[in-house]
Parts: sequence; C-alpha cells; structure tokens
Amino acid sequence: MRALVPGVLAGLVRRGEDFDAAEDALQEALMEALRVWPEHPPRDPRAWLATVATRRLIDARRSEAARHRREEATYAEPRQAAIEVGDDTLFLLFCCCHPDLAPASQVALTLRAVGGLTTREIADAFYVPEATMAQRISRAKRSLQGRRLDQPGDVAVVLRVLYLVYMAGHTGPATRVDLAGEAIRLARQLTLATDEPEVRGLLALMLLNHARLPARLDPEGRIVTLDRQDRGLWDTREIAEGVRVLQSALSMQTEERPPGRYQVEAAIAALHDDAAVTEETDWPQILAWYDDLVALTDDPVRHDPAAVLGRAVAVGHVLGAAAGLRETNRLREVLGERHRWHAVRGHLHELSGDLPAAAVAYAEAARGATNVAERDHLVRRAARARAAELHEQSSH
Amino acid sequence: MPKYLLLKHYRGGPEPHRPVPPMDQWAPEDVEAHMAFLRHVSELLEENGEYVDAQALTPTRTWVRYGGPDAAPVTTDGPLPETSDLVAGWYMIDVESHERAVELAAYVSSEPGPGGKPLYEWIAVREVMSEGPSDG
Repeated sequence: MRALVPGVLAGLVRRGEDFDAAEDALQEALMEALRVWPEHPPRDPRAWLATVATRRLIDARRSEAARHRREEATYAEPRQAAIEVGDDTLFLLFCCCHPDLAPASQVALTLRAVGGLTTREIADAFYVPEATMAQRISRAKRSLQGRRLDQPGDVAVVLRVLYLVYMAGHTGPATRVDLAGEAIRLARQLTLATDEPEVRGLLALMLLNHARLPARLDPEGRIVTLDRQDRGLWDTREIAEGVRVLQSALSMQTEERPPGRYQVEAAIAALHDDAAVTEETDWPQILAWYDDLVALTDDPVRHDPAAVLGRAVAVGHVLGAAAGLRETNRLREVLGERHRWHAVRGHLHELSGDLPAAAVAYAEAARGATNVAERDHLVRRAARARAAELHEQSSH
Repeated sequence: MPKYLLLKHYRGGPEPHRPVPPMDQWAPEDVEAHMAFLRHVSELLEENGEYVDAQALTPTRTWVRYGGPDAAPVTTDGPLPETSDLVAGWYMIDVESHERAVELAAYVSSEPGPGGKPLYEWIAVREVMSEGPSDG
C-alpha cells in the first residue's frame, strides 16, 4: 500500500492541490484503507486512495467554505498543474527536500510523504515523542506553503537526505521501522526517474554496506569490526546487485565527468565486500580510490576530514602504520577532539604493535563517543590492548 | 505508581566504598561481565513492567546562561570540574514504592567490577514529581 503513496500524492499536488492539505488527506485515506481493505479489497487500490483523499479534501474545503463563502469560487477554478516532471517520486522528493527546510524536517517529510510511513513510525525510528514529530512535519509543510513547487530541485540535496535516512537506520539500534531498507527502496525508485550516475552511486553504496549489516553486531549487540566479521553472514545477493549498480554508474563517466563521491565510496565498499577473508583485502586499490575521494574537494583536511581519515587507515595498511599515523597528524587541528580520530589512531598503533599507545587512544576515543554501542566497543578495545601488553610484559 | 530516577555518576557523591580504576583499565573479561550485567538490568526491568527509560550521557558538560540582551550565551565548563558531581546516566523506573526503588538501586550497585566482585557504586535515587493532583 505504501508504494502507492508517491503516485497518489503527486497526482493531487500536480492537479493544483495544496501540498500540506493533500498530504493530510492522503494520510486519512490510508488510515481508512487499513480499516476497510481487509474486508473489502478495492479493485484499483490507487484509484481508491485518490478518490477517498479527494473526498477528504473537498470535505475540508467545504467546512472552510462555510466560514469563508468566497473561497468557493477559488475552488471552482483549480490552479493549473505545475510543469510535468517525469516521475512522481522525483517530483515529491524535490518537494520534501526543499533547500529551505532543515535536514531533520527534510528527512521526516520524505519518510511520510514519499515513504508513506505514519507519524508514529517516524517518531519511533528517531526516538522522539509522536507529538514532537507531528509538530516537526506540520511546521515543515507550513514552510512549504506558497513556495512554487514547479522547479526541479537539487538532486544532491535529495541524495543527502536519503543517505541521512540510511545512516539513521544503519548505525542506530534496531527499531520497528527499517530505515536503512526504506532509504534503499527510495533510492531504487529514484534510479528509475533519473539517469544521474550519483543516484546509482548512492544506491550501490547503501547496498554494499547494507549487505554487511547482519555481521555488524553479535547476538549480544556488541559491535564486530570489519576484520573480525563472519563473512558468511554477508548478503551475497545484495553485494552482487550493488556491484552491478555501481558498474552501470561508472560506465557513464566521461573525461569531464569523473565519478562523484557516492560512486567512489561505493567502489571502496565493493573492494571490502570482495575479500573472502580480511587478509585478502585489496588495500592498494582502496587507497587509490581514497586518493580520488580526497581529490574531489579543495582543501580536504578542512572540508572533508572524514575522507582524509579513511585514507589514513588505507595508508596505514599499504605503507605501514607509521605513515598512517603521520596522515592523521594532519587532522589533529580539525578532528583532534573527535572520538573517531582517536579510534583510528588506536587502530594504527595496534597495527604497529604499540599496545600502550593503542590503549590510551582507545580510552580517549571511548570518552568522546556519542553512541553507547560504540563507547562500549572502544572501552573493550582499550582493555584488550592493555591486557595484551601486560601479557607480553609478563612473558618476557 | 511513583516514578524514580536511579542516577549513575562519573564522579561525585559520597566517598567510594570501593575505589576502582577507569573501566578501560580492567581485565577484558571483567569489562564483559560488567556490560552484560547492565544489559541484564534493563531486560529485568522490562520483564517486571518497571522500565520507563534508560539513557547514558557523554562526560562533556557545558554550563550555559543567558548573556543578556543582544549578547551571545555565556558558557563555561564549570568552576571546579574535577570536584563537582557529573551524572553518567540513569534508569527511570515506575515502581510500587520507594522501598522497591531503593531495592533496585542496590541491585544496580551490585554490578560486577574488577575481579568480578561487586562495585558498590553509589546510586542516587530521586523521585519524579507527578503532573496531576495526587489520588489521596
């Protein structure tokens, strides 16, 4: 049923209905569908939803018209539909990811208007009270009022919003709503609407990371790092699809249009997925892609420190831990307070065999962590590094 | 039923009954036992129907006050950051009585520390004020 939401909503908005009112009416129609369909399944579900939502819109307008008679005239002449945008999903994503909205609002509105999730489900997924999420959504819709929704939006903003949805699902604890799966579903729809290679790049990146999700936590909920994961748990079907999508994106590149950041990050993920055992990881290739990634930004240390930090790990594996640590030094001023910087340095110290330094770095990282599972993981690594060091000392 | 906050602290409170080093300096198996116990506490509270919420806080604290008209907020890390109380997290529980809250706090405090022996950590028990008028 949720798959029908974008089509029905886009139809109403294109017909000239107000986005806010149309979205509310469709939510009500969905509620009614949940009640009615189990006993009376409609022959054409999409038409059923459109009809019921339209009836709601007319009812709402009638009660308003009773108060303001004159508005009846306005209703009799519906506004001309905005320009035809090829695909409903793309059209709605541009509405929901309007650059004037804050990222949290873009995410919430996208999940409701395009994903068809209920306010309750979205609230649960982000651990806020339902009333808070309802308010966030209605404020977002209100700030869209009066905006022209006929200009094609910025695909880059839409991609960022979808990636935010994905990351919320990937790194957060399990909730009833599969946000990561939802982001993948929406990105897949988006690839049908546009040929932009970065859309495929993002879809590939999400698929290639999502494939490893079943191995990321052990049964007790503890984080398992990539090098220790049970690769038998990886979803090979998803990896195959991710690689296929990435290849189709990369095949569109030209001299003037090198692969964008999602394609590059997907290529890195693909190389990790490709190794049957951690020792077979093709670090030189990964480093080459990281070189491309940092080259996409002017002054990457300041403007894309996460890429420089990722590259430092690859440098550590290709050129040695000392070289990797030197790379992280360049980031001290920008990232020195962040737990990820300390965690990477802990990993590189461990790689070099300097266990006391690794223990100190992991403990520092644990103090800066903002996620319980990550904090616990970093405390464990600090304790393990320290214990290994004591064991080494006592055996000498 | 009254609600209570069981507060855990990074520092502050009465003199520790059993002083211990930071957890990253414990033996790995003691770290595992400690974390497993805390997971068990949450599960237990949920099974009992006493669980409301549990959260952990990062150790960074910023004090903020209104800076005055047209002025930026005034912030500070605190005058004596090393000696003042610093909350680490809480369980919020919904229980029959104050006695039950104390019982559960003592159970949390029995969490295993280095060597698998109880930590005897001080837990602050605070009753949450209810909203409406009381039944009595």
